[in-house]
Amino acid sequence: MSSGEKYVAAAYGVFVVVVLVWVAILATKLARLERETGELARLAQARPAGEQADG
Amino acid sequence: MSITKPSLTVLAWGAAALTTLAAVMIFAVAPEDADQGFSQKIFYVHVPIALTAYACFGLGAWKAYRLLATRGERYDLESYTGVHLGTIFGVLTLVTGAIWAKASWGVWWTWSSNQLVLFLVLFLFYCAYFMLRFSVEPGARRERISAVYALFGVALIPVSFFAIRLANDFIHPTVFTREGPQMTGEMFAAFCVSWASITLLAYVMYRVELAGKRIDANLRDLREALQP
Repeated sequence: MSSGEKYVAAAYGVFVVVVLVWVAILATKLARLERETGELARLAQARPAGEQADG
Repeated sequence: MSITKPSLTVLAWGAAALTTLAAVMIFAVAPEDADQGFSQKIFYVHVPIALTAYACFGLGAWKAYRLLATRGERYDLESYTGVHLGTIFGVLTLVTGAIWAKASWGVWWTWSSNQLVLFLVLFLFYCAYFMLRFSVEPGARRERISAVYALFGVALIPVSFFAIRLANDFIHPTVFTREGPQMTGEMFAAFCVSWASITLLAYVMYRVELAGKRIDANLRDLREALQP
């Protein structure tokens, strides 16, 4: 691999890695949101019926 | 008349298809540069990323203006997301630029290029946006302060963009002049496809990030309403 090819591979590689890191961070956030949604659903179900109707 | 936003799924697939096409055009269609050789291929990723960073900061500033003009709360998250993505693309601009500089000029960075220094100033200005935003309690005050700051930063975009043309900068190359793009038709086509793909990718990222931040905010409100 020539020196020019190494620099090109590095530049495009950095771009791909940053996009992948962004996806990984988003996946972590999605997992957290899923967990929190589940907790809130359980909390809503645990509320007494009258309280739910009142809002 | 309302304009329906295209589906995120369609946009994501479009970005993937355009990125594939851009890779083919860059490495199979566009000829090798006679002066810089193979390392010139960095141009097709570095310049579109830099233009996308400007666009994201511009979008953040436009949404900030809308917030100040209409007091619409939703613009706060939109402005914040625009600045956030601008910062990500700003990091990419600086890193890919440094790699290209090393390949072309033999140095990772030079303080004598106005274009480089002004982009760094723009980037650092928007990095400080986050420090300011998270140092203020959430609420209307934070929204207004963040919006004013994001709006001020937009003044740096044309200064950074035109710096190379306003000053006698002999280091950083000027590819787009009044006579048109200084490259062959295939090179220009590859550049346009690459620019379109990165812009579309950034827009997809913007929509996904915004949806995530809105879900986060809604969940916070819901938790406050549900918890005794």
